[in-house]
Amino acid sequence: MILSIALKSLNHRLTAVLLTMLSIIVSVSLLLSVEHLRIQAKDSFGRTISGVDLIVGAPTGQSNLLLYSVFRIGNPTNNVSWDSYQALAKLPSVKWIIPIALGDSHRGFRVLGTNNNYFQHFQYGSKQPLVLAQGTQLLSTFDAVIGAAVAKKLNYQLGDEIEMSHGLAEVSFTKHSHSPFVVKGILEPTGTPVDQTIHVSLAGLEAAHKSESEIDEILHQIEAGEQVDIDIDGVTAMFIGLNSKMQLFQLQRGINQYKKEPMLAIIPGVAFSELWQLVGNVENMLLFISALILFSSLLGLGTMLLTTVRERRHEMAILRAIGAHSRVIFLLIQMEAMLLSLFASVIALILVWLGFQFGAKWLSAEYGLFIENSILGLRSLAIIGLVSGATFLIACIPAISAYRQSIQQGLISK
Amino acid sequence: MTTQRWSIEFDNVTFGYPSPRPSNLGEAQGLTIDIKKWQVEENQTVFISGQSGSGKSTLLNLICGTLQPSSGSISILGQAFSALSESKRDRFRAEHIGVVFQQFNLIPYLSVKQNIELAAYFGKGLKVATTETIINICQQLNLPSTLLQAPASQLSVGQQQRVAIARALINQPELLIVDEPTSALDSSARDSFMQLLMDSAKRYQFTLLFVSHDLSLADYFEQHIKLADINQAGEISE
Repeated sequence: MILSIALKSLNHRLTAVLLTMLSIIVSVSLLLSVEHLRIQAKDSFGRTISGVDLIVGAPTGQSNLLLYSVFRIGNPTNNVSWDSYQALAKLPSVKWIIPIALGDSHRGFRVLGTNNNYFQHFQYGSKQPLVLAQGTQLLSTFDAVIGAAVAKKLNYQLGDEIEMSHGLAEVSFTKHSHSPFVVKGILEPTGTPVDQTIHVSLAGLEAAHKSESEIDEILHQIEAGEQVDIDIDGVTAMFIGLNSKMQLFQLQRGINQYKKEPMLAIIPGVAFSELWQLVGNVENMLLFISALILFSSLLGLGTMLLTTVRERRHEMAILRAIGAHSRVIFLLIQMEAMLLSLFASVIALILVWLGFQFGAKWLSAEYGLFIENSILGLRSLAIIGLVSGATFLIACIPAISAYRQSIQQGLISK
Repeated sequence: MTTQRWSIEFDNVTFGYPSPRPSNLGEAQGLTIDIKKWQVEENQTVFISGQSGSGKSTLLNLICGTLQPSSGSISILGQAFSALSESKRDRFRAEHIGVVFQQFNLIPYLSVKQNIELAAYFGKGLKVATTETIINICQQLNLPSTLLQAPASQLSVGQQQRVAIARALINQPELLIVDEPTSALDSSARDSFMQLLMDSAKRYQFTLLFVSHDLSLADYFEQHIKLADINQAGEISE
């Protein structure tokens, strides 16, 4: 009965109720979205690379090495020499080694020089290997294997030619217009920066920086089926897989103390944690701002109810006259607040679910962000529980006011 | 010899509001109610008159148990209120006392039927508020059954007053308190309302306590009490 009165009372003040509800819907949606994106971003962040024991590059901060080698964010400070790469590759503790060379781009997408170890050993997510959707790995000097996002956005097919630019800008004045790279493979989507990358051979990347006549000579050698011999100066970084995890710290120390060339070896998991601490402050800030917005919306709800308490003194008097205890008055105001807040939370949950349902594809296509639509989970229920708890506390102000008013005024008749 | 039964018994009752009083009741100036001895016989119809500020509203709150006297004892229908907790007084009021106000008698966003059912919910339970019972009471009060689903806010003042009586009667109260219910009615509606009220008092056999400053209505009642005659407290300005 009280529930029915509360519902009809809310319906009686529909405009004010709808505006308040809209405000709560927006703030709860924001809170749910930020929390979901935070969790998904952390998951997505952690699934970018898997199965790599060490990342080695020129001396810099470990976050910087992780950012440019794994996320293709920022620029390397220096290269590691080819001799050092070979020295590491020959170590008995090293099971496999993937060289990567960065610096060039194609229409805003990073070009990464590597070898076929990349396609054999690089893993992401839960040790998932890279899978070719079409074509082959790097079989020749000027072959290119492109990520799924590159293929989709640039509408590239097998056999299309790629023209590389120096640097990262989408429009570059320094183009290697004579570099004759051809798309030979397209990777399945991974939800990692791999999707946004154009993979070429180290030799091809090195050759792209040579003069037009030198490139023509290389192409001639390829056509003639001759062995193409291109010297590689160095690499940007290396991903290393070990035979035994027991050797991890020993090898890391050995690389960091390598006398012939200064190098930095980092453990991806440790670097991820350090980097996430920086990102974590931002996400906490976002969460805090969302909570503040929610708090202000709930204060709006409290204010709306408080202003109606005075207007509703006759209603309270009638309820008291027919035998309702003052606690019923308290309960009625609380119930109205809780109903409004719960309706708003459920609508917000549905809206966020729909948003991720339809927005997930766009996010993966545009930004390579793979967001799982697992919003209807315990975490969301916990957030709605917290919102309800906060609503109860804030609604205590108008509810107590109504309770006290009903005791003080008794049965007013005018 | 039969034992006299009282609906209302006041024995050395005093009441004063703590200062400042609630805004709707004005400023405190000592005691509002000071009644040495006052008794109302069972099933009597009593008219209480008094000027504004003479303590009528306070008296009604004391009789309903929403206010507790500063001293003395109040018994309603043989039940001493001082022996009851606040919850029990609320329950007692819901089951035994009906109240009709001057105006604003109904919850505007509920239908006529829901307003009547609400009184039963807090009183003797929804089982007493069958549609048949509600229709019967409404018919006796000249309320067409087509009005039952209408929102209370759409009724005329006269219809609202009759619904308020219907709501009070649904729990078959032994005491009905009516506080200046005719002040918002024109003379023909007032006469019609008074007739209905007096007929109901006879039919349902309840004690009727009618409070008004309109002395022309006193003739309807068996007993006329001037509040100033029983209340020794000085006049309070409202």
